[in-house]
Amino acid sequence: MILDHARACGASAAQAAVSHNVGLAVTVRRGEVETLEYERDQQMGLVAYFGQSKGAASTTDFSPEALRQTAEAACRIARHTEPDPHAGLPDPDEQARDWPDLQLDHPWDCPAGRAIDLARQVETAGFGVDPRVDNSEGASVSTRRAMSVLGDTQGFMGGYRSTRHSISCALVARGDGGMQRDYAYGTSRDPSWLPAGEAIGREAAERALRRLGARKLGTRQCPVLFVPEMARSLIGSFARAVSGGAQYRKSSFLLDAAGQEIFPDWMHIVEDPLLPGALGSAPFDGEGVRTRPRDLVTAGVLQDYILDSYAARRLGLRTTGNAGGARNVSVKPHPGEKGLQALLSDMGTGLLVTEMIGQGVNLVTGDYSRGAAGFWVENGEIAYPVEEITIAGNLRDVFRGIGAVGSDVDIRGNIRTGSILVEAMTVAGD
Amino acid sequence: MIDSLARETLLEPGGITDDGLASVLGATFGRGTDGGDCYFQFTSQEGWSLEDGLVKSASFNIERGVGIRVISGEQTGFAYSDEISLPAMLEAGRTARSIASAGQTGSIPVRPGAARDTALYLPDDPLGSLDEGRKIELLKHMDAVARAADPRVTQVICSLAGVREVVLILTADGELVTDVRPLVRMNVQVLVEQGGRRESGSSGGGGRSGYAFFTEADRAGAYAREAVRQALVNLEAVDAPAGTMKVVLGPGWPGVLLHEAIGHGLEGDFNRKGTSAFAGRIGERVAAPGISIVDDGTMPGRRGSLNVDDEGTVTQQTTLIEDGYLRGYMQDRLNARLSGTHSTGNGRRESYAHLPMPRMTNTYMLPGTTEPGEILASVDRGLYAVNFGGGQVDITSGKFVFSASEAYLIENGRVTRPVKGATLIGNGPDVLTRVSMIGNDLELDTGVGTCGKEGQGVPVGVGQPTLRIDGMTVGGTQAA
Repeated sequence: MILDHARACGASAAQAAVSHNVGLAVTVRRGEVETLEYERDQQMGLVAYFGQSKGAASTTDFSPEALRQTAEAACRIARHTEPDPHAGLPDPDEQARDWPDLQLDHPWDCPAGRAIDLARQVETAGFGVDPRVDNSEGASVSTRRAMSVLGDTQGFMGGYRSTRHSISCALVARGDGGMQRDYAYGTSRDPSWLPAGEAIGREAAERALRRLGARKLGTRQCPVLFVPEMARSLIGSFARAVSGGAQYRKSSFLLDAAGQEIFPDWMHIVEDPLLPGALGSAPFDGEGVRTRPRDLVTAGVLQDYILDSYAARRLGLRTTGNAGGARNVSVKPHPGEKGLQALLSDMGTGLLVTEMIGQGVNLVTGDYSRGAAGFWVENGEIAYPVEEITIAGNLRDVFRGIGAVGSDVDIRGNIRTGSILVEAMTVAGD
Repeated sequence: MIDSLARETLLEPGGITDDGLASVLGATFGRGTDGGDCYFQFTSQEGWSLEDGLVKSASFNIERGVGIRVISGEQTGFAYSDEISLPAMLEAGRTARSIASAGQTGSIPVRPGAARDTALYLPDDPLGSLDEGRKIELLKHMDAVARAADPRVTQVICSLAGVREVVLILTADGELVTDVRPLVRMNVQVLVEQGGRRESGSSGGGGRSGYAFFTEADRAGAYAREAVRQALVNLEAVDAPAGTMKVVLGPGWPGVLLHEAIGHGLEGDFNRKGTSAFAGRIGERVAAPGISIVDDGTMPGRRGSLNVDDEGTVTQQTTLIEDGYLRGYMQDRLNARLSGTHSTGNGRRESYAHLPMPRMTNTYMLPGTTEPGEILASVDRGLYAVNFGGGQVDITSGKFVFSASEAYLIENGRVTRPVKGATLIGNGPDVLTRVSMIGNDLELDTGVGTCGKEGQGVPVGVGQPTLRIDGMTVGGTQAA
């Protein structure tokens, strides 16, 4: 209907996306319910084209009047914007016609009372670990179900449902030198894949405890081992640098890097948007283009960029089905199956990074400098916790200096990697 | 006028009368509840952007809804609806009050709540303050100024954004407060290239007004020149030093230091819960003598200002630190009540679909008496940082970072070479005890800040004079 409105306003082509989400989130703190939130969101977004000119509008109000006004707003804008030869709907041949069931929809029958009980169990298990765990920012349980539908004036129409459920806990431990907070979480499409609540509570407690007594380090160059949750952000910087926008704006330190060796020659990175039940999976992208598994990096060499149809046209390439970003970017472990402990032994003496704060990544130059906390490691053993330090380098050197990727892959996000060992970075402290 | 505008926008389309509101209040906030509110919001916003010299895309968005929050003790029940009607409100209210074993009261009459005597901004719609053609001209002007500034400019990306938020807050006891909030912003990012080296620079600003803000004194052109200047400085930058050293921070936006180092740690929720490194420290010395810091939601036209906060409390200037001593926290109603104090007008929320919490408005340090030149001259060897990207803090350990985007080495009291961006890291509770000189040049930022907390973003302001800090860790790559 909204597409009809757009046509009635004179649009030559249009694309509409509708999303609807319902959810429940509870937080329990020190055994008592702190918040109970019922979520219900909807949004309709429209992109209208007048030839090569483009306008966009969105609304959360689905009344017929609001939908008509939204279509008019998109068309009014499109009459003012300047033509762009690369603008437009994707090539219809690239669009999906049918798609597999990716098993993304697993509703959780979890009424508020049960969610509250579960959150209580999580927090109680955490408090039970050690009397020094004496405060909490709360344990949360949330469940969300979303429906998204996409349609355009060249005949594409598709939709699918997906769910996401999470359990998390943030605890505070107190020691002689002050307080430390840390957290643990689980998140998945299917509630039966979530870790046991008690395990999450205990993990949050243990993580907060092990940070007590953290000190600074002296400034030095040393090997740095990133746990999977932190390694994810390194691979995230790679994905942003090879995305279409960064390439056509020439604002990437990996500009025109396809065909270049940017990682060690044993490294492989793939994108698999069709992985059943995974958090990053989608049967088609934000323009209705087919998503497909592919190699991003083979033997250290960048194979391809991450493109939607606009970026592809700008660069004279074909869309890679990445309107909305890369999906399930997976780094292959190497060498062999090595967990964190084995990588600590490989590193010998150096820094284990378990937390980073701040932005500190310049994608134009690759210059990298972020706040960090973690552990100093000597002879493969954790010696003591450290904090108030920074780690710095240039991402081109960091990527080339990767020595190993662990098999301890973290699948709780769109980027799936194990721990990453970087041979040398600058650590600044005292 | 604002009242009737808000009623017209938010209540009349759904045929909602004061009697209807009174019955919703009665059904939702009976015995067994300790307050709460209904937050009605209608937001219209637009964004125009220019790239490759052309305004190729723009967007317009509407968001409308009502959020109902029921408080019982320390518990909050919350539900919202994007339909503003009595049945939808009754349903959301029933859901939100499921946390409380509450009885109902017949009805709670609606009456006017507190209002500010003199508004800090006009209720005009910024989106209509320029016609479409003039918005495009403004962006093209910014682009032209940037490109004309230097032949090494290879790419210019400009944006213009305007928001108008109409809000109506109805408290559990029937107080009705309204506000109409304009907010505009322009931004420019440039890329420069020289001998195969690429660098970027960016600038921008805005406030609670119409788009005329950008044509007054050619602010749009000034942002463009500033972005080019920064990018050219970066072309000459050498690797930043690594290690602990003296740091001189320039005035204005470097005040993001205060926001991260102490601002978040002084928000009422973290202190009530005892999870802030500043909890229980009112009256203690937390900064060097001479340092006074305020949070001020009452500055006319500024990005972080509000006539009333999102709980209907009139905003104020709150002293956080006075001459080095910790004086107070920033509070919303819930945390104030549980801490036995009053709201400071810092209850803010991203939208009707989010819960309010204590948030900063405009946070800045009052000026000292020293000339900035004297401060630089006093440093043998150190870092002079004048522009920053964002920052972040772990409020429990107190560790915070902020990332310099324009910085120089200080050698023998003179500013010498520019260095590459680097993250600075410090410990919130003691960084301000290391301030040894305070400049007389207080500046506020140009109106670009957005603060994120628990997934909610709100516009804020920061400011400070030039400061000398004796010992901060600079996260460069060159051993000092």
